[in-house]
Amino acid sequence: MVTTLPKTDVVVVGVGWTGGIVAAELSKKGYKVVGLERGKGRTTADYLMVHDELRYTKRHEMMQDLSKETITFRNHEKMRALPMRQHGAFVVGTGVGGSGAHWSGQNYRFLPYDFQIKTMTEERYGKNKLDSNYILQDWGITYDELEPYFDTFEKMAGISGEENPLGGFRSNPYPTGPMKTSPLLQTFKDATTNLGCHPYMVPSANLSEDYTNPDGISRAACQYCGFCSRYGCEYGAKADPAVTVVPTAEATGNFELRTHSQVVEILHTGNKATGVRYVDVQSGEEFIQPAEVVVVSSFTLNNTRLLLLSNMGTPYDSKTGRGVIGKNYAYQNNCGETVGLFDDRQFNLYMGAGSMGVAIDDFNGDNFDHTDLNFIHGGSIFLLQTGKGPIGFNPTKDGTKNWGKQFKEESIKYYSSQVAIDAQGANLGHRYHYLDLDPTYKDAWGMPLLRMTYDYEDQDREMAKFIGDQTEKIVKEMGATHTYTNREQGPFDIVPYQSTHNTGGVIMGSDPETSAINNYMQMWDFDNVFVPGASAFPHNGGYNPTGTIGALSYRAAEGIDKYLKNGGSLV
Amino acid sequence: MSEKGQNFTEKKSTRRNFLKNSGLTIGGVVLGGAVGSLLGKDNATVTEETGHQQHAAETSSSNTNAALMFFSPEQFQITEAAVERIFPADDNGPGAKELLVAYFIDHQLASGWGTGAKEYTSGPFFPGEGTQGYQSSLNRQDVFTIGLAALESQSKATYEKSFIELSEEEQDAVLTEFDDGKVKMKGVSSDFFFSLLRSTTIEGVYADPLYGGNANMAGWKMKNFPGHQMSFMSMIEKDEVIKLDPIPLSSQHGH
Ligand SMILES: Cc1cc2nc3c(=O)[nH]c(=O)nc-3n(C[C@H](O)[C@H](O)[C@H](O)COP(=O)(O)OP(=O)(O)OC[C@H]3O[C@@H](n4cnc5c(N)ncnc54)[C@H](O)[C@@H]3O)c2cc1C
Repeated sequence: MVTTLPKTDVVVVGVGWTGGIVAAELSKKGYKVVGLERGKGRTTADYLMVHDELRYTKRHEMMQDLSKETITFRNHEKMRALPMRQHGAFVVGTGVGGSGAHWSGQNYRFLPYDFQIKTMTEERYGKNKLDSNYILQDWGITYDELEPYFDTFEKMAGISGEENPLGGFRSNPYPTGPMKTSPLLQTFKDATTNLGCHPYMVPSANLSEDYTNPDGISRAACQYCGFCSRYGCEYGAKADPAVTVVPTAEATGNFELRTHSQVVEILHTGNKATGVRYVDVQSGEEFIQPAEVVVVSSFTLNNTRLLLLSNMGTPYDSKTGRGVIGKNYAYQNNCGETVGLFDDRQFNLYMGAGSMGVAIDDFNGDNFDHTDLNFIHGGSIFLLQTGKGPIGFNPTKDGTKNWGKQFKEESIKYYSSQVAIDAQGANLGHRYHYLDLDPTYKDAWGMPLLRMTYDYEDQDREMAKFIGDQTEKIVKEMGATHTYTNREQGPFDIVPYQSTHNTGGVIMGSDPETSAINNYMQMWDFDNVFVPGASAFPHNGGYNPTGTIGALSYRAAEGIDKYLKNGGSLV
Repeated sequence: MSEKGQNFTEKKSTRRNFLKNSGLTIGGVVLGGAVGSLLGKDNATVTEETGHQQHAAETSSSNTNAALMFFSPEQFQITEAAVERIFPADDNGPGAKELLVAYFIDHQLASGWGTGAKEYTSGPFFPGEGTQGYQSSLNRQDVFTIGLAALESQSKATYEKSFIELSEEEQDAVLTEFDDGKVKMKGVSSDFFFSLLRSTTIEGVYADPLYGGNANMAGWKMKNFPGHQMSFMSMIEKDEVIKLDPIPLSSQHGH
């Protein structure tokens, strides 16, 4: 039996970063918002026992329960897709705050080049720079148009930073100053400066100082405790939806948060959604929540999956290249890593913060000439000091067996004397990289899992070689005794952790033939459905995604307000 | 270790001092639920005395955690011998045996992790490609049961002795065959079993002692990892190597 509840103005599917932002902005404007979150509620009080590497990092305390739902994966269409049975390459969050509860907080703005990648690449390098399987698309919005929304997100979260000398235009400085610098980071700054690059402190959502945001939310400064990425912050110093936008929404009295609520379908007739169907996973009861507007904010993968399960939009078809839902799934080309070991220097690597770091953008975007290179774009090259856990961090010389006497000796010695530098490489849309529904495997509610078809391509391998040359120079300049550079990339392997920067599947653009949503995150086919998230990215840039996701979420909130006032398509 | 670094070990800050020093108040109001709740425990010290260091492993009746939840005594003995070869005692400090890693593994296998409670375990099952990850229907309890039996039968086949009776060199040779994937096992490859044994050993060396391994926090001490510390705000910029007495999570769980 399904119980139909009273109608609300807005229903938000998933209360992480995107859902939290939309909920806060619309409830502040007086709209009634219902937030449906599949996981549990959270406060900082949950983190008294958080300094536990085994529980949080190794046993994935904060991540989604894969016994209930996962994805299936194959590298290419000739392979049989099989379920990701254990956490691996990426770790998707659950519960209030979503992945935003356990992120690291490195908070970038994508480059102006990213938003007009097709136009700018063709202008500089012609139409045939890449082979025709890569799908380059402009985003349907420019950096300058998005700038005010970046600014709003940064003020809400209290981002700590200093201006990136090679970044886009900023209307305001960062709301708080940069994080502290450690001796290791200083060495990287000096080395990159010596090499003629332009280092700057990584923009950080771990507050460098106490901060009160425009919504009146006060948070304490980061303590550099070293438990950050994959952990919740007991101080609330790390911007997390549960300590920022969710309390802001709740304070309005217009926001109702329902946890343990698994949305299984978006309901629709004609070109309008009517609401969502969800299961209370504690009681097993089913409900229909009717709404004027449906916001799909359940992270890249579930955003795509919910639309496919609900038969909304045209599924992407790799044979014809037509259709949009599931198209341009992309990832992060983390590549070109150089590891350095010091025989004569020690650092306090157990201290740190998730986004305490230094980056250079000299090899990101189109900040360098690609005329003689067989790839486009690039990535931010960076060094972080996040706080090294003793279980996970066991550096040894190359070729040392990973157990026994020598392993023990070296992994203890270099625990305090290692540096690793790579790039978060951009990753392009590709005809044969996409998301669709798996024909075989089902979730706990009997519905098909999402199937991922993905691999690294020549573009990524060429970038890896180039980046490897740069990181090797930097680590040598830093004075490491031993250096090891990895210039290889791929095949994509679902097992080792790489990045939870999954993008695409519900991409934005200016043409309904090639994109699923417009630049307000509004679906072309259903004008009361908005889909904010990295799912909107037509390609992934050379940075962590959330700064850009945040900006797009504020843009979506503005669009929803306009829609609720005037109706219709917003562009 | 520099002399300056020494000083840090002597600073035992109280919770109240910590709150005062770390700038956690805005307008006199302490922020954050977790931090706020510390205030109730006025006089408790954050930095626990760790002076009462026992050097022998606590396997006697004083350590009520040292009992078996999953392994048979025989499985326990094989595990204890194998983990010691993976992480042997040396000049740096104790090996996995003295750190009680075999108890840690036993307890972990008895948990939801041992049965794959939060993993996708529905069929159909296919072997899959190397890039597709774990695809067997066996859970970790099964893998250990089969793997330990295989260690034993491989030892007997090669040396006509039980694994625990082999010399260190012989044990290393058997383990290397597993690591190289050369031993035939049911359900999973021998290198898969070995990598699980290896990673669980490292976990038992360095996880918080609340899980039964890392006895006396000796794993942490070898790496100069200070455990559960509230703040490095005043130290993060310092050049010298800073050595702090490690603090276990039990210190946070006031009684
Ligand atoms: C370990 C880690 C570190 C990271 N570090 C960084 C970083 O340093 N910088 C950066 O930019 N990004 C980082 N990220 C990525 C960042 O967390 C995400 O980009 C961001 O959280 C995305 O916001 P979202 O709202 O799309 O998804 P989320 O924040 O994950 O929120 C989605 C929510 O939807 C819920 N949900 C899903 N399906 C359903 C359903 N069917 N019904 C109801 N609810 C549902 C989920 O439970 C979740 O709460 C990191 C991610 C991880 C995992």
